[in-house]
Amino acid sequence: MEFLRPAGWEEALAAKAEYPDAVPLAGGTDLMVELNFGHRRPERLLDLGRIAELKEWETDGDSVRLGAGVPYTRIMEGLRRELPGLALASHTVASPQIRHRGGVGGNLGTASPAGDAHPALLAAGAEVEAVSARGTRLIPIDDFYLGPKRNALAPDELIRAVRVRRADGPQQYAKVGTRNAMVIAVCAFGLALHPQTRSVRTGIGSAAPTPVRAREAEEFLGGVLEEERCWESGRVVPPAAARHFADLCAAACSPIDDVRGTAAYRRRAVGVLARRTLGWAWEEYRGSARATEGAA
Amino acid sequence: MSGLTDPRGTSGLTDPRGTSGVTGRRPAPVIPGVRSELGPPGPLAGLPTRFARRAGNAGGVGESVLRPDGVLKVTGEFAFSSDLWHEHMLWGHLLRSTVAHAEILSVDVSEALATPGVHAVLTYDDLPTEVRHYGLEIQDTPVLAHGRIRHHGEPIAAVAADHPEIARRAAAKIKVEYRELPLITDEASATAPDAVLIHEDRTDHHAPHVPHPNVVHRQPIVRGDVEEAAARADFVVRGEYEFGMQDQAFLGPESGMAVPAEDGGVDLYVATQWLHADLRQIAPVLGLPEDKVRMTLAGVGGAFGGREDLSMQIHACLLALRTGRPVKMVFNRYESFFGHVHRHPARLVYEHGATKDGKLTHVRARIVLDGGAYASSSPAVVGNAASLGVGPYEVDAVEVEALALYTNNPPCGAMRGFGAVQACFAYEAQMDRLADAVGMDRVEFRQRNAMTQGSVLPTGQVVDAPAPVAELLRRVKELPLPEERPWETGTGAVDVRALPGGLSNTSHGEGVVRGVGYAVGIKNVGFSEGFDDYSTARVRLEAAGGEAVASVHTAMAEVGQGGVTVHAQIARTELGVSQVTIHPADTRVGSAGSTSASRQTYVTGGAVKRACELVRERVLELGRARFGATRPGWPADGSPDELRLEGGEVVAADGTVLASLAEILGDEAVEVETEWRHRPTEPFHRHTGQGDGHVQYSFAAHRAVVDVDVELGLVKVVELACAQDVGKAVNPLAVVGQIQGGSTQGLGVALMEEIVVDRATGLVRNPSFTDYLIPTILDTPPMPVEVLELADDNAPYGLRGAGEAPTLSSTPAILAAVRAATGRDLRRAPVRPEHLTDG
Amino acid sequence: MMRVRLTVNGRAREADDVWEGESLLYVLRERLGLPGSKNACEQGECGSCTVRLDGVPVCACLVAAGQAEGCEVVTVEGLAPEGELSTVQRAFVDAGAVQCGFCTPGLLVAADDLLDRNPKPADADIREALSGNLCRCTGYEKIMDAVRLAAARRCAEPEGDRA
Repeated sequence: MEFLRPAGWEEALAAKAEYPDAVPLAGGTDLMVELNFGHRRPERLLDLGRIAELKEWETDGDSVRLGAGVPYTRIMEGLRRELPGLALASHTVASPQIRHRGGVGGNLGTASPAGDAHPALLAAGAEVEAVSARGTRLIPIDDFYLGPKRNALAPDELIRAVRVRRADGPQQYAKVGTRNAMVIAVCAFGLALHPQTRSVRTGIGSAAPTPVRAREAEEFLGGVLEEERCWESGRVVPPAAARHFADLCAAACSPIDDVRGTAAYRRRAVGVLARRTLGWAWEEYRGSARATEGAA
Repeated sequence: MSGLTDPRGTSGLTDPRGTSGVTGRRPAPVIPGVRSELGPPGPLAGLPTRFARRAGNAGGVGESVLRPDGVLKVTGEFAFSSDLWHEHMLWGHLLRSTVAHAEILSVDVSEALATPGVHAVLTYDDLPTEVRHYGLEIQDTPVLAHGRIRHHGEPIAAVAADHPEIARRAAAKIKVEYRELPLITDEASATAPDAVLIHEDRTDHHAPHVPHPNVVHRQPIVRGDVEEAAARADFVVRGEYEFGMQDQAFLGPESGMAVPAEDGGVDLYVATQWLHADLRQIAPVLGLPEDKVRMTLAGVGGAFGGREDLSMQIHACLLALRTGRPVKMVFNRYESFFGHVHRHPARLVYEHGATKDGKLTHVRARIVLDGGAYASSSPAVVGNAASLGVGPYEVDAVEVEALALYTNNPPCGAMRGFGAVQACFAYEAQMDRLADAVGMDRVEFRQRNAMTQGSVLPTGQVVDAPAPVAELLRRVKELPLPEERPWETGTGAVDVRALPGGLSNTSHGEGVVRGVGYAVGIKNVGFSEGFDDYSTARVRLEAAGGEAVASVHTAMAEVGQGGVTVHAQIARTELGVSQVTIHPADTRVGSAGSTSASRQTYVTGGAVKRACELVRERVLELGRARFGATRPGWPADGSPDELRLEGGEVVAADGTVLASLAEILGDEAVEVETEWRHRPTEPFHRHTGQGDGHVQYSFAAHRAVVDVDVELGLVKVVELACAQDVGKAVNPLAVVGQIQGGSTQGLGVALMEEIVVDRATGLVRNPSFTDYLIPTILDTPPMPVEVLELADDNAPYGLRGAGEAPTLSSTPAILAAVRAATGRDLRRAPVRPEHLTDG
Repeated sequence: MMRVRLTVNGRAREADDVWEGESLLYVLRERLGLPGSKNACEQGECGSCTVRLDGVPVCACLVAAGQAEGCEVVTVEGLAPEGELSTVQRAFVDAGAVQCGFCTPGLLVAADDLLDRNPKPADADIREALSGNLCRCTGYEKIMDAVRLAAARRCAEPEGDRA
């Protein structure tokens, strides 16, 4: 095994170009488990830990360029206002120790359907900045997840950052696990209200082979909010519409039974989370939300 | 590149410590003794403390003396079994089966053996003697698999190499050909007429008496006329219950080091619960006399029953003897799930009857425990489940049958609560249902039927010590209830950490319903059924620096419970000294028995007390011989009771100091080694289960308060209160710690802990801390504890074994609370979110 | 094989012949003679290997040894000068927060970090900060007591006396 330690981003891209099989190592919170238990024996590790720009974010007008290696702790502490959904998601990641190491780049690179960041990124409408020695391309998050633990990166590409529009409305995130901390999602749900475009976006985790959006639910709810002029009036989402939205979110899942939960439970729970997060986000939009302590 | 060779061309990994430039070498294993000194603080500043210091010898019995190994444990210096290092040591590693039931057609180790850096690869054929099996009760477990695999993860080969990664890689190169066999997974498949026998040609002493060779042991308990009693019942409830497979999940993985000795023997440093039981099983396999296998207890990172069986002991010794080098073995967490037995999963069928006025008429029960592929301690677990299967209640008519199966599931054996846990879960659910049927308050119904001193158990044994069952229930019930809606902070904000789901932000109060539940249980203390349950202690008293100091040497496994603290306390109380050294536990002293069955404070504590008494007699004889003639006040005869040893002095009844211990001892040391036994027990009758099978009982009651998100099926335990009778709180701080720790393990199996075995393949699906979940600090509530001290006159200081009882009633109390919140029946533990939301 | 240089508990250290897949935890325990950080799960699920890496508590089992090159690491062995106990260490002993002790080193590093950031934590803050550290023996109650006690004692001490 070889341990490649590029000192800077260009060097990392060159190394990845030369050795496309080199496995990027950032926070180590996924990969090191595989190494410790002999599940994976890559020829080369590509340590991205000393590349400073990966651990920074820039806010430029309407969007945030979030370095792939910014630890979740810093996202939940520093980006609550700009990326509230992702900040909430970050707070649900594993444990304080893991949140100090792991970042969004690793979640995207691993592309596990259970990655905590995915539903928030889907709901916010992020773009993944994939870079190789050949150049940079922006992959819309909707096109990024190809299958369980498969993503749209080319072998020579590395994730430099995600670009996310600064929140223009309330965002929520909730995750179900069978323990009150340090747990992998049985299912998770992200929701973002986008008043500027009068749209609603969602993201569902751990309830399909990849993270998915509930597009039909989004369109349905968008239509209702438009029709009922809710965006302008700030009136309550009609309960029947909220319920139908939740049902459509549940229907967007294609979960499996596994050791963490049953398919039927996941579907049901996604519906509950959809209804609740919509309620919280809409309340906030109406300007009467209660502050939430402890949750980012 | 295969990955194991160095990219720069050197061959394989080399021993890292053999090269220069490596810093931080540590010496060969030295397991230090611990000195118990009286810590500076009394009651903790800024903290409420319910225990005042008492009169008598400072730091003695009844005080919250601090752990003598505490400082080593907080500085990182305490040498756990995985921390040992030795020059030129090798790393041992086991290859385990990837299937649950198969014939082994061939094992080819040639490639592994040829790997650079590999020093030995052993299979069954390399075992040095004809003794190739081991086991606590039945020697049915192969050291390395021979011809057949009976469960997932069974050891097949052992590898020793320079680096753990080399060993792992080499093991992966061993080629094993299997021919899979049909799986035995439950009672139906185990006892089917054409069932494959898990063990053919059984010769163990239970074999002639079992209904089927795939039944390890069966114990009926029959008392009174159940038919007649059932006819008198105004209300009858029947229920089927299921209890999942729980893992001890001690944090310190199985590990240790074997060091070959010049005399052909081996020194083994290991984490275990019972050194001498290990020794008895190890030595014959190695072909060594027991005195050539010298065992020392290394630091133990928790046990809870999971270290009662052997894990890596024999393999490490075999590799060390084969290679002539020290061998260290450390299971990783994945392997740990295969490296020890688990709590038996169980199916339980109960029928309870009661009259209109709330008196139990009868109980019928059938308890089927899945023992898995090897016997371990299944027979004793069966005995407990049967004899304690009715709970702490008076019932005149009882029919209980408990049995353990052989299957292809993971082997099950000892875990805290040992057979009494599964039964308590079921009978307490039954008691709630029956109370509801009768129309009585659930606690009152229990109290009406509660056992007391003098009650007769279903085994016919009279409970001859206090049994404050009703009082324990009263105490937990009277505690103030925790506040409702604790997530509301008063400012309109919500603290999700106080809600079901916690930081996962699943609820801001929506769907949350509170429930309260109660349960009580009974656990036996000590080894039962006629087992010769004894311990050995060696106590030495000598003068050093003008002060008498005591040292205590036992083979008791300190696994975290605080036995070392208690031994020092006993020595202080009995000998009136302040300085006590606790010698490391090893096999140079007689057996202490197991650190299990809540027995060590009772039995090894009893042995230390007895040894101290003998030392005291000798010291007083010595004192009388030295000073009897010259100093007034020395009684004429040997060691009269009116003399006290206090503050390093011999004190007469009137308070006169007769001599200091140091001046009596002079240059002489007084040393006594003695064995001590509790009252004998007898086996249960094979057909009726009658017999005085148990030594002592321990009782605890819980009240659980939960908030359940009924839409998502997520549970937050808000408070888990416990009342327990400990007879005598030898160390109040430690006993509360035991109660809280035991309660939490009960919480775990109520809500999240279960080893899941795939029914189609027999493979364990969640052997990791990612998917086998134990409670975090955010899952664990405040746990108020009420400690009762009603002395058992048969036991040293009146104490009662305390470690296990809280694990019993915690689970059913939580289940009862969840039932109360959800209105669901919930016949299974652990209860999962889908059980609370389906339908 | 590679060489890794890092600072551990204030001392410059180096380890040779480190396999590229080795964790910082392995290097500390098996190469640098610092076995205080514990190896309970090696998958980031228990916190018993918690160390400070450049000031921040992390699971040493999930840090590749090579990633620690040039870093500052503080382990349980570095919480107090030799022969002394830090306030948090003392409190764990005094409050009965130690049973088997396997989780203790990781909890101490996590608790120490908490009290540095938040000298007067509420109970919920303590629970959140320690939610990545499993303990199987105590049920956490005495650990809560210990952290409360340490917080109280640290607040009572003059700044300079703090170990």
